[in-house]
This record gives sequence, C-alpha cells and structure tokens, in this order.
Amino acid sequence: MAQMRYREALNAALREELARDERVILMGEDIGVFGGAFKVTDGLLEQFGERRVRDTPISENTIVGVGVGAAMTGLRPVVELMTINFALLAFDQIVNHAAHIHYMFGGQVSVPLVVRMPQGAGHQLGPTHSHCLEAMFLHVPGLLVAVPATAADAKGLLKSAIREENPVIFIEHESLYGVRGEVPEDEDHVVHFGLARVAREGSDVTIVGVSRMAVTAERAAETLAAEHGVQAEVIDPRTLRPLDLDTILASVRKTNHCVIVEEGWPHGGVGANLAALVGEQAFDDLDAPVQRVTGADVPMPYSKPLEDIAYPHEPHIVHAALAALNLAPRTGASSGTPATPRRAAR
Amino acid sequence: MGTLPAPDLAREWLTTMTLIRRFEERAGEMYARAKIGGFLHLSIGEEATIVGSARALRDSDYLISTYRSHGHALVRGTPPEKVMAELFGRVDGCSGGRGGSMHMFDLANRFMGGYGIVGGNLPIAAGIALASDYRGSDEVTLCTFGDGASNQGTFGETLNLAALWKLPVVFMVTNNQFGMGTALRRHSAVTDLQRKGESLGVPGMRCDGMDILDTHAVLVEAVQRVREDRRPVLVEAVTYRFRGHSMADPEQYRTKAEVAHWQERDPIPAFAGLLVREGVIDAAEPQRIDAEALARVDAAVAFAEDSPFPAPESLYDDVYVLGPEVRGWYSMPTSEETANPPYAGAETGQSAEAMNDEIPQRLTHALAAGEDSGEGPAGDS
Ligand SMILES: Cc1ncc(C[n+]2csc(CCOP(=O)(O)OP(=O)(O)O)c2C)c(N)n1
Ligand SMILES: [Mg+2]
Repeated sequence: MAQMRYREALNAALREELARDERVILMGEDIGVFGGAFKVTDGLLEQFGERRVRDTPISENTIVGVGVGAAMTGLRPVVELMTINFALLAFDQIVNHAAHIHYMFGGQVSVPLVVRMPQGAGHQLGPTHSHCLEAMFLHVPGLLVAVPATAADAKGLLKSAIREENPVIFIEHESLYGVRGEVPEDEDHVVHFGLARVAREGSDVTIVGVSRMAVTAERAAETLAAEHGVQAEVIDPRTLRPLDLDTILASVRKTNHCVIVEEGWPHGGVGANLAALVGEQAFDDLDAPVQRVTGADVPMPYSKPLEDIAYPHEPHIVHAALAALNLAPRTGASSGTPATPRRAAR
Repeated sequence: MGTLPAPDLAREWLTTMTLIRRFEERAGEMYARAKIGGFLHLSIGEEATIVGSARALRDSDYLISTYRSHGHALVRGTPPEKVMAELFGRVDGCSGGRGGSMHMFDLANRFMGGYGIVGGNLPIAAGIALASDYRGSDEVTLCTFGDGASNQGTFGETLNLAALWKLPVVFMVTNNQFGMGTALRRHSAVTDLQRKGESLGVPGMRCDGMDILDTHAVLVEAVQRVREDRRPVLVEAVTYRFRGHSMADPEQYRTKAEVAHWQERDPIPAFAGLLVREGVIDAAEPQRIDAEALARVDAAVAFAEDSPFPAPESLYDDVYVLGPEVRGWYSMPTSEETANPPYAGAETGQSAEAMNDEIPQRLTHALAAGEDSGEGPAGDS
C-alpha cells in the first residue's frame, strides 16, 4: 500500500496502462505540455512521447469522435475532457456514436474508449463548469459509468475502464483530486466494474452515496453514530452501470431504511432511478419511503453562499437518515435561511 | 497604423485602457486574498485590442465575448463597481453574483455577455445579428473569441451560416498566441488565422492588437463593411496575454524572455508615449490618468466589499420566468426537503403567487468551502 492523492492514483493507472499496452493512447486539451488542467496527466508526455500522449485543439466532439474511430480499429484511447460540462459538446459522439455503434452494427465492432472528466461544485466555477451530470450518461444504454470516490478506486477503476471492451464514461470529482488514500501498488490492482464498496457497515439505515457524496456520507455516518446512536451502512456503488443492485438491496433488507445521496439535480437523477429500483424490488422491506438528498434544482451559482447551499453537505445526510428513521425533528432543522423551489400558481 | 483621433477621444482611449489594466491588476490581488473565487482570467496585455475594437462600434451595436471579459464590460460602460461586485459574488454585481468572472453581462450597454464555454458565443452572436436584420436595423454585432476557439466546431458552422444568411457580424479572433498552455502552432494547422474563414465565405482582415490605432482603424473598416454590405468578416487581432491563462497557471509552456519581448510592446505606455510626443497630452497626463484609474478601482473594491451576498432564499430565483397561468412544479423538491415542513413563508422577491405555504423548503447549511479535501482543485481551465 502507498499513500497517494486521488490525482496521483489516476496518474499511476494511466502510466501503468500506457506501459502495459501499446494500444493505449491519451488525447485531450492541455494534457501534455501543460500537464492537464488538474494535473492528472503530469509527466506522461515526457515519459511516453507525443505519439502516445496527444495535446488536442479545443474540439470536444471531434476529439471524442477520433477516440471512437481509433477504438473501433484496435486502439484503446483515453480521452480527457477538462470538465464534465464540456462533455455536453461531445454528446453527439458519446451518445449517437460511442454508445450505439456496437449495437447498431450487430455486435461486429466494439468501442473500447474511455472518456475521463471531473465534475462537481465547491470551487465557485459557476454555471458552466460545476455540475454533476452522471445521470445524463447513466440514461444511455451502451455506456458504462464509473464514479470513483477514493484514491484506490480511482486507480483500480481506471485500469478496469481501459481494459473494458465497452465505452466508459469515467467521472472524477474536482474536490477529490487532492485527497489522499491507501492505494495498492500492485500493477494489477484493478477494481472490477459492477462491484459496490461497503464503506461502512451498519444495521439501522442504508446510505448510498454517489461520487464525492460517498465520502460525505461516510462522515455523516460517523456523526449519526456518535450523536444519534444510529448505525448507518454506507454504500458506494463505484459504477452506476453496471450497477451492483444486489449489494444495495441486501443492505436495505437488513436495515429497512434507505437514503440516496447525490450531488446532481433531482429531476431524473441517479437517486430517482435508484429509488425506483429499490421501491420495485424491496418495497416490502422498507419501513419508510426512500429518502433522496440531491443538489438543488438550479444551475450552479457562482456566489459562495449560494453555491454552498446548492449541493448537499453532511448535515443534510444526517437529517435525511433521521427523517427516514422517523427520528428527525419535523421543523426548524436548519441553521440557515430557507430557499424555495418554485412552482407555478394554482 | 491608423491616424490619431480627436484629442478627447484619444484621452478617453488611454483612460479606458488604463482603467482595464488597473482593474485587472486589482482583481488579481483580490483573488490572491480570496475575495474572488473560481477561475479568474485577466486580459492584461490585450487592452488595445479590447478598446480599439469596441470603440469602432456605435452604442446601439452589440458586443459579445468570452470568460476573459472584465475589460469588455468596462469598455462598454459597465461601472467598475458592478464588475468588481460580480467578481466578489455580491448582489450588486452585473450578473447578480450568479455568474462570476467568466459570466459578465450588461444588457443596457449591449454587452451580451461573457461565456464560459469556448466557442459558445459564436452562434449566439449570429443569432443576435439575425434579430438585428430581422428587425430591419443596421446594428452590427462584434463577437470576440480566442485563437483556441477557432478550432471549435461552432467556428466553422457559425461562419458558414453567417456568410450564407448574410448576417452582420464582425468575428474578431483575439490571437494572444495561446489556448491555455497550447501555443498557436501546436493547436491550429493554419496559423494565419485571418484566412480561416476564407473557404467559408468570410473574408479576413488583420490588425496589430498591440496598437490601438491600427486596431481601431481596421475595426472601423470591418464594422463599416459589415454594416453596409450585410455580410460577416473575420478580423484577427494579434496580441499577447502578459499574465497566465488564469491565476493557477505556472506558465511552464513559455519562456520569461518571450513574455518580456512582448511586454516591450505594452500597448498602454506605447499609446501614452505617442500622445505625449504628438502633443495631444502633456507629459504629466498619463500619470494623472493612472491615478484616476487607481482611485476608480479603489472605489470599485470598496463598493464590492459593501455590497451584500445574495440572500440564501434567492437560490431558486430566475431559474425560470414564472408563468402565472401555468400549473405544476418548475423546480423539484427532494424528499429531504419534503421531509422538512416549510418555514413560515419567506419573502423571496418573486411572484407572490408562486409562494405557497405547502411549498417545501430547502435546508440550508453554509459550510466551509473545500470540506472534502485538504486543498482546492489546483485546477485551471
Ligand atoms: C468547451 C470548452 N472547452 C474547454 C474549456 C477550457 N478552456 C477555457 S479557456 C481555454 C483556452 C481558450 O483559448 P483561446 O480561445 O485562445 O482564448 P484565451 O483564453 O487565450 O483568451 C480552455 C481550453 C472551456 N472553457 N470550454
Ligand atoms: Mg488565446
């Protein structure tokens, strides 16, 4: 085991896979000379040269499309997009092409492409740079979606992604890049897709945390234990497709209560999807409705106090878990000032 | 090289360039003191390009820009107070604190915004020009973007459409030699950027973006052609940014000598010196102008400091234009919100009908920033 930052773990995965497999190439804006907008690819150009580590023009849709074509004909491209919002410019190649080619051509070709990008709020990057859009990719059949929350998973899942035959949307979190964790040094440390991580065991309530929210949920679980005597089981799904629903359902059958935490928007979110699945398959095991904690249903604002209340924090999760258990105070739980979701006049 | 404008104009140009320079420097300081968050892109070095081009417009013409747009707001007449307040994330900012550095806006002055998505503003510019044409006006839209943006799909698509539909847009590529850390010759196959529109039916022009007279002269011609012929042109302004791409840029992709070389052509002392030599202003005037700019910027900072942060209950304001006759939810409460009964009807400053006692409220906990990591994202984009 080595202590590594999340960013370093990703770098190690890329380095190892570049060294292991000649077919792996990296493409992206400012990944080479600049070392990556978030320094994930630092040093890789120097080690592997311009043939394998390619700075690209600012042309998201085209870079991803080039990745699709190269993947169809034998390479294993890893494309970096600077921020998840920029992936919206590449939605055509990601959805109409990468996701559908294997099916559309009757399984004759595959698209072993990885598209990496960070998401997340907290750094005041405002409405064009801060969102959590995993639900948009989860929606698309043909794509796999990985959301690593720890340094070990960042490395292990990225290595799996590069070895995968399907296109993978690999979603990192900006706030996690600097976080350290124990990472196996083994060159073959891969974390297989479709295997959730039980971050903390507990018997009272299941909390599913997506991306950074797995980390926040773990902290909330400690507070629940210390201050409320509630033992929460925290599950990090690691990949949203394939989804390890079995682990989540088994936990719900044990705890009979479920809270789902994500940073993205509530409408059609990951939690909406998961709540439906849990409701369909474990209705009889639930003692209370599934609780969702999500980001606010607004474009991410720049101003610090607004940004702070636009995505979930530990107290929201604590409160949701208590509410699920019918232990929450029903009013006045907030320390802040309320904001109001809008609906039309009747 | 163009000819000197009337003395009052010349003085105004120097004043505005100086204001932009001092404003940007102070913004950088305020960023270092954590008064400003997010990414901060300064246009130090590009002042002649900004002022020379914008002054070729009429007040009724439109300007649209990128995330590097404090100077564009200032040149159009947005008070420095409102630009600084936006950087501070305060209610009196020109975007109400919602947009920040990358998203300035001033409708009254026909500054149609800074946009955080590279290449995102080009089609919007064409749409603004379409509306001008449709309304039968002779307004022109000046659309500025970077050398890096000229590789985005929207560049080719918009230039073609604007030429095809004869839309009155001046596309101005601000060639500051880099898209982030990638030098022009490493990101664009054609480095003679004024020619990039030729095959799309958009003729090219070039100006020396370090020289306000040349920039102004070329842009006056471009604007006139566009206004009269009702067809787009592409102007390349050759300039240089003296600072990093944004504040987090270690600038390892260029040498200090290269920066120093371009700094010798700093557009502000160059123009000031010319005006003194030509007897337009006396030798002490540049210093007076500078002192005024510094005072202006001090006032802007003081104003921004005093302006309040947006109230938490304003979070959901302006996501939609609320229709009084429309039924149903616009924004969705989560079960976390549903689980928490409403606070007594907070006044939100929006349509009173939208308020309802049954509306679930959002829990708010303003926690310290960066709670999940020991450091910020150390990013730059
Ligand atoms: C679609 C998109 N891709 C990438 C970025 C990240 N980014 C911001 S500015 C920039 C460089 C743009 O260079 P250029 O167009 O030359 O403008 P300059 O910054 O030099 O003014 C990049 C890559 C972005 N904001 N939007
Ligand atoms: Mg540039």
